[in-house]
Amino acid sequence: MSDVQTPRLRHRKLDLKTGRVDLSHGSGGRAMAQLIGEIFQEAFANEWLAQGNDQATFAAPAHAGGRMVMTTDGYVVSPLFFPGGNIGSLAVHGTINDVAMGGARPVALSASFIIEEGFPLADLKRIADTMGAAAREAGVPIVTGDTKVVERGKADGVFISTAGIGVVADGVELSGDRARPGDVVIVSGSMGDHGVAIMSSRENLTFATAILSDSAALHGLTAAMIEAAAPHLRLMRDPTRGGLAATLNEIAHQSKVGIRLEEDAIPIKPEVHAACEFLGLDPLNVANEGKLIAVVAREGAAAVLAAMKAHPLGVDAAIVGEVVADDQFFVQMTTSFGGGRIVDWLSGEQLPRIC
Amino acid sequence: MKYVDEYRDGKLARAVAATIAAEADPSRHYAFMEFCGGHTHAISRYGLEDLLPANVKMIHGPGCPVCVLPIGRIDEAIELAKNPRVTLLTYADLMRVPGSKGTSLIKAKAAGADIRMVYSTLDAVRIAEENPDREVVFFAIGFETTTPPTAMAVKMARKKGLTNFTCFVNHVLTPSAIRAILEAPETGGLPPVKIQGFLGPSHVSAVIGLEPYDVFVEKYGQRIVVSGFEPLDVMQSILMLVRQINEGRSAVENQYTRAVTREGNVAAKAMVDEVFDLRDAFEWRGLGSIPNSALKLRDGWAEFDAEKRFAVERIEASDNPACECGTILIGAKEPADCRLFGTVCTPETPMGSCMVSSEGACAAHWTYGRFRAKAKREAAERKAS
Repeated sequence: MSDVQTPRLRHRKLDLKTGRVDLSHGSGGRAMAQLIGEIFQEAFANEWLAQGNDQATFAAPAHAGGRMVMTTDGYVVSPLFFPGGNIGSLAVHGTINDVAMGGARPVALSASFIIEEGFPLADLKRIADTMGAAAREAGVPIVTGDTKVVERGKADGVFISTAGIGVVADGVELSGDRARPGDVVIVSGSMGDHGVAIMSSRENLTFATAILSDSAALHGLTAAMIEAAAPHLRLMRDPTRGGLAATLNEIAHQSKVGIRLEEDAIPIKPEVHAACEFLGLDPLNVANEGKLIAVVAREGAAAVLAAMKAHPLGVDAAIVGEVVADDQFFVQMTTSFGGGRIVDWLSGEQLPRIC
Repeated sequence: MKYVDEYRDGKLARAVAATIAAEADPSRHYAFMEFCGGHTHAISRYGLEDLLPANVKMIHGPGCPVCVLPIGRIDEAIELAKNPRVTLLTYADLMRVPGSKGTSLIKAKAAGADIRMVYSTLDAVRIAEENPDREVVFFAIGFETTTPPTAMAVKMARKKGLTNFTCFVNHVLTPSAIRAILEAPETGGLPPVKIQGFLGPSHVSAVIGLEPYDVFVEKYGQRIVVSGFEPLDVMQSILMLVRQINEGRSAVENQYTRAVTREGNVAAKAMVDEVFDLRDAFEWRGLGSIPNSALKLRDGWAEFDAEKRFAVERIEASDNPACECGTILIGAKEPADCRLFGTVCTPETPMGSCMVSSEGACAAHWTYGRFRAKAKREAAERKAS
């Protein structure tokens, strides 16, 4: 019977207007092949994916130097679509950034999708198309992937997990334990944009803002910084979940140093400031997806800052503080009032206050 | 940000600080309590202690509704939420507050209870309306600021004929707590701290006005300056308290004139009075049982009282005996004096009320000010050698 029906099914295209993902799309049969072909291969379109293998085979990059980096990341953002992007662009940018923060040039990505039964095909296509566009714009192809479908209620729409690999040029030595007293701390732009954009689009928070997520691939910016002053760069990191505060505390503990910030020097958009004020949040704890923190030896700071400001994603770059000796590894800040305070990790989830 | 940044002007703050330093009599010691967690937060967040002279000391008061809620009430709410018919709605910062035996609402939610966060009582009424097959219970908590919205929700529920909406009421009263602090007996052999003045609450006073504070001047000779929550408000209010002392005055003064009037919000007060009645006594975490310090729904509104509908059983649970919150809340000790502080008691695993919310005295000291402990210790060592 199936022999009779199959040719017809194969020719009927996916209903991208009203169709939904069902369990057959993850069963390994024709439906899955069709989903992969019409949504993912079309959106990601590259020669490695087109080979249709379970892995991508490609030549080692020429003049790669001796070292590679590899990273993996999972994306479970809610809502899936938000001002300035969606889970797909976030997955591409986030993975590229994790590779780039190691001082590496990103080479290839993988993407694995866990899709909830009933998820609209139109939304899946929109996400895949955004991912494809983000990967093309960044010049980093998604060379291999995987698709699973789980029963309704077992996932929140769609989860994406990724991997990324890259190559590190000789002479680039970046690591979270390399910050030394006297180094300066640079951020590439305004803090908290992504987190506020996400919060503004959550259903139970009825406030409107014009803030867009800052989601962006930063490997162009990091390449410019490396070219300008590689020997002076100690480390780079993107302050995603937990924001600037969490990332600096991680660095302080890894490097066994203290960090002292100047509140007035930290770029924060007035709209982000206002939204945080309204929600009772601290912008320094709010997530970013297109910003980086660099710790740089003082003698290289001017060159790095100039290179950053010359790049479109670093025009608002600023020196926000310095590394100090501190056996308690505190991140401290001189407030705009002239007083001092600790900038701590967040305890649990950042929750709005009652009054 | 318009209407906010003006109150965070660092230059102006340093000018006020210089005036305080110039006017504070070096031969005197000034000890003031900021009642509200909002003030505590501003003081810690902006590092205001660094701007005050050494003889002006701020004591962090109990004005944080999450902090003073006794553990037993959290346990009772968790019991309520375990009822499979119940959807429990709560303000977000109650989610992590530990009950006894390491429980919390966030853990109860993970274990399957239907607990949801809301940002306003209007959302609570809407959820009850949209889910007629669920018993929707609103975890009502807060000082006089959040009481009118609860009263409004109850009135709306009656108007809409909702039979599935109730409130678990934990609203408490500021003046009763100030009285309890002023009448606190000596604690653990420590001399009672001489509080010479209070920064009065800002949002609470916008509702209740200034009149409820008069008794503290008349009966206790206290000084109250109702203060806004912005850092400049706090600095200016401290200056006003210093001046009252220097001039030998005791008065209720209003620094927060942009929001607070003598009579307060008459409409809000009337609505609260219509719906709520005084409880004979209520347990405050860290301060013990305080007479006439909390509200319950009036008999005429009993159908919205979750404690009556679900026959909530009282759960008595006590804090760790080593916890010093009681003495910290009345200013007899400082957070760092508690041997639990920063060891077993941190914001991740709070043992006592002061560590529970970011507005609590211990949490604020831990989050923003613990670097001072080392500086103080080193200064003392330098002095000794």
